[in-house]
Amino acid sequence: MGEAAFAGEADLLEGLRAGDAAAYRRFVDENSASVYSLALKLLGDEQEAEDVLQETFLSAFRAIDRFEGRSKLSTWLYRIAYNASLMHLRKRERMTTFSLDQPYGDEEQARPVAGDLLVDWSTLPDDRLLTAEARQEMDRAIAQLPQSLRAAFILRDIQGLSGAETAEILGISVQAVKNRLHRARLSLRDRLSSYFAEWAVA
Amino acid sequence: MEHEHTHCEEILSYISDYVDGELEAALCAELETHLAGCRDCRVLVDTVRKTITLYHAQAATELPSGVEERLYRVLKIER
Repeated sequence: MGEAAFAGEADLLEGLRAGDAAAYRRFVDENSASVYSLALKLLGDEQEAEDVLQETFLSAFRAIDRFEGRSKLSTWLYRIAYNASLMHLRKRERMTTFSLDQPYGDEEQARPVAGDLLVDWSTLPDDRLLTAEARQEMDRAIAQLPQSLRAAFILRDIQGLSGAETAEILGISVQAVKNRLHRARLSLRDRLSSYFAEWAVA
Repeated sequence: MEHEHTHCEEILSYISDYVDGELEAALCAELETHLAGCRDCRVLVDTVRKTITLYHAQAATELPSGVEERLYRVLKIER
């Protein structure tokens, strides 16, 4: 039997509810990388991201009979993953007494230099923009965002979900998603501008 | 063309909707007129767009192999 036996979401859901192994595999294969990536970027810790990944699918399989089909299966799964990630952040908060809305990194936040903010680095070649060091800087920039902005940015701009899906996952309005996304984008842009400015000028 | 930067703050508040193509037509036209005469705001728009593009390119398409193996084991399903 091939694995392409699920014509659509309703078919897949039926398979999951029936405990069909091929349906489980399909659901896991299609969504696990995104769930892991969401948790990793929210938490900044590989072990915790893996824990969230496992908890998310275990919870989803346990609760599949209660899924009402009002959203896409993947949106429902992301919501479970987001809530599991928040639980991990709260646990950390209790242990370290840092606020949930604080950045998870403990480094000093780099303050952008005003002049750098208006340097046009957008036309730099990709081999400059995508070095390992630049990627690390991008990770640090995400880490310094407050959790609420970070989540909106990850879902919308990294994972490419719609505003409506993101709103449902985060449990906020579409307008609130837009506001958070706007602030996240400007903050990340400022930070990357500081980093890339010297190459753009040079 | 130099200008007095009187609208830049206002323009800034529309940037996200603009790059998403969700700005209403009249505001969009106003913003593009402004951009034509304001290098600073053009840089802002271009670098916001590039920031999004760079991060989007980071979207994960597969799990690290050990992570996938352990997930299947925990879920008790065969690969």
